[in-house]
Amino acid sequence: MATVLSNERLTASVFRLAIEGSFHGEPGQFYMLRSWDKSPLLSRPISIHDLTSTAITFLIRLHGEGTRLLSRLTSGDQVTLYGPYGNGFPKPGGNVALVGGGMGIAPLLFSAKRFPFSKVFLGFSGEPFAVASYQALHGDVVFQSGGTILDAIDLNSFDKIYACGPLPMMAELRRRTAETAAQLYVSIEKRMACGIGICNGCTINVGTGNHKACTVGPVFPAEEVDFDELLEL
Amino acid sequence: MNCLSSELAGVKLRNPILMASGTFGFATPVAKLYPLDKLGGVVTKGLTATPRSGNKGTRLCETPSGLMNSIGLENPGIPRFLSSELDEMTRLDTNIIINLGGSSIQEYEKGAAMIEEACKQRKSDGKRSADLLELNISCPNVKEGGMLFGLTAGQAREVVRVVRQTTSLPLLVKLSPNAQDLVRIAEMCETEGADGVSLVNTFQAMAIDIHARKSVFRHGYAGLSGPAIKPIALRMVHQVTKAVTIPVVGMGGISSASDILEFIMAGAAAVQIGTYNFMNIMAGASLADELQTLMKQEGISSLQEVRGIV
Ligand SMILES: Cc1cc2nc3c(=O)[nH]c(=O)nc-3n(C[C@H](O)[C@H](O)[C@H](O)COP(=O)(O)OP(=O)(O)OC[C@H]3O[C@@H](n4cnc5c(N)ncnc54)[C@H](O)[C@@H]3O)c2cc1C
Ligand SMILES: Cc1cc2nc3c(=O)[nH]c(=O)nc-3n(C[C@H](O)[C@H](O)[C@H](O)COP(=O)(O)O)c2cc1C
Ligand code: FES
Repeated sequence: MATVLSNERLTASVFRLAIEGSFHGEPGQFYMLRSWDKSPLLSRPISIHDLTSTAITFLIRLHGEGTRLLSRLTSGDQVTLYGPYGNGFPKPGGNVALVGGGMGIAPLLFSAKRFPFSKVFLGFSGEPFAVASYQALHGDVVFQSGGTILDAIDLNSFDKIYACGPLPMMAELRRRTAETAAQLYVSIEKRMACGIGICNGCTINVGTGNHKACTVGPVFPAEEVDFDELLEL
Repeated sequence: MNCLSSELAGVKLRNPILMASGTFGFATPVAKLYPLDKLGGVVTKGLTATPRSGNKGTRLCETPSGLMNSIGLENPGIPRFLSSELDEMTRLDTNIIINLGGSSIQEYEKGAAMIEEACKQRKSDGKRSADLLELNISCPNVKEGGMLFGLTAGQAREVVRVVRQTTSLPLLVKLSPNAQDLVRIAEMCETEGADGVSLVNTFQAMAIDIHARKSVFRHGYAGLSGPAIKPIALRMVHQVTKAVTIPVVGMGGISSASDILEFIMAGAAAVQIGTYNFMNIMAGASLADELQTLMKQEGISSLQEVRGIV
């Protein structure tokens, strides 16, 4: 159990939840959260948005019942969270671009903090959110509302690209980077019951066979991911 | 003597709490969270003679108090399990139960034979081996028909007979609640020499995505587990314990010490915890202590005292 420090509404559907404590993690890793007893049944996987020595922060979009309950937490409320789980973005070398689409920007704040030489691209379909926190931390932030943020990226100038966002965006990025030298890594979302590799609920089939998104992922090299298969779900 | 100590098919259990197949993987990830000597035993993910990649599409879907799954028996295959996972599991201080699945009699037989040979080899090498075999004749997610065996007594009999002849491990047969006549199948298992039965596996269930106008699951149906099924599972365990003399391992929706006592009072020799692991990943760390506390409150000094009392 941990205690909520603050819960701020950033837009009608996005909130930032800060929880007190000395937590661990690497960019792209996630925690399993719940603030309820037995219903809904499963905990919710949420990426590390920010981490300091005294708090962990999550950036969350309202989706269904679980995120609705998390959105209602206020300072002093109790949350159960386990993690950090999974493998995040690999240690970067060379020029790195962090590309987020919509809610996919969530893991990139902590990534930008840990990878200070990266360039950050944030794309939104509607009202932008949380951009100021990226700008406060990092000199090089490009953001855009509407259209596709991918058009703003000179894909040839990066050695590594770390992306998180809607599947169609990541599939398109994969297509566009196929001919470049950039290595693309994507963070994939699958439904998860356990987060630690014991339920086989989150399997994704990548080039090298079946992998669990919760332990081997959620970050995978894009060339291994079968986007068509994932988009079909 | 510890008031929780139990026995199952000749195997001594520290307590009656076992972790159910498919909800505990191969146990080692959980051993990093809490010591598994808190448990009576762990059941492996269902294993088949050859590896299975499992079902495509959505594999999990929550319901009020329940969970539907369509994993499709994804597993590394018995040879891989025997050469790597089993070795790691034998370092854990708890009983090991291998869950055997299959989609044909030949596949079950082959799987049982490989397990038998490896366990014998380990023993002659002086190494620890598995303690029990749980034969799953009821996995509802395998299209080729794993579940069919759970459905009619005739088909089930053949599988149980073949596996019984092949294995020297104490044998539990895991039953499907979807079977037409659960009690008859349990009686058949006893006749064929099973050392116990375990029940229930998941209930066949369905969810529809109204936007896509399709089933949520590619295979159409999925298996329902969790607290939602507990009252039905309890009734089935009660019926079966009255019909057979071999021990019955009860499960289905257990999510508290008091649920465990209900299954024991219905006649179960031991219980398995499945979906509750996903509601509380630390469940196994405290359930045994909670059960002991509850027994004290209720003035129960041993499980034997209340087993089958209802
Ligand atoms: C590794 C990982 C990291 C994530 N990080 C974030 C984040 O930082 N911020 C954020 O807002 N969201 C994140 N998500 C998505 C988030 O987990 C879902 O939006 C959330 O589980 C929805 O729960 P719900 O009860 O509100 O919605 P419901 O639709 O009611 O949920 C029903 C079931 O589906 C599951 N589910 C629904 N959507 C998703 C999804 N996209 N991914 C996985 N499971 C889903 C739920 O967990 C639940 O079991 C992440 C997902 C994963 C897998
Ligand atoms: C995700 C998941 C995977 C499962 N896999 C198996 C399996 O491989 N073999 C098996 O015999 N039972 C399997 N089961 C069934 C459980 O072992 C148990 O019988 C069932 O879930 C009912 O118990 P519960 O309500 O406590 O979960 C699985 C259940 C779940 C939820
Ligand atoms: S969420 Fe259970 S194996 Fe990945």
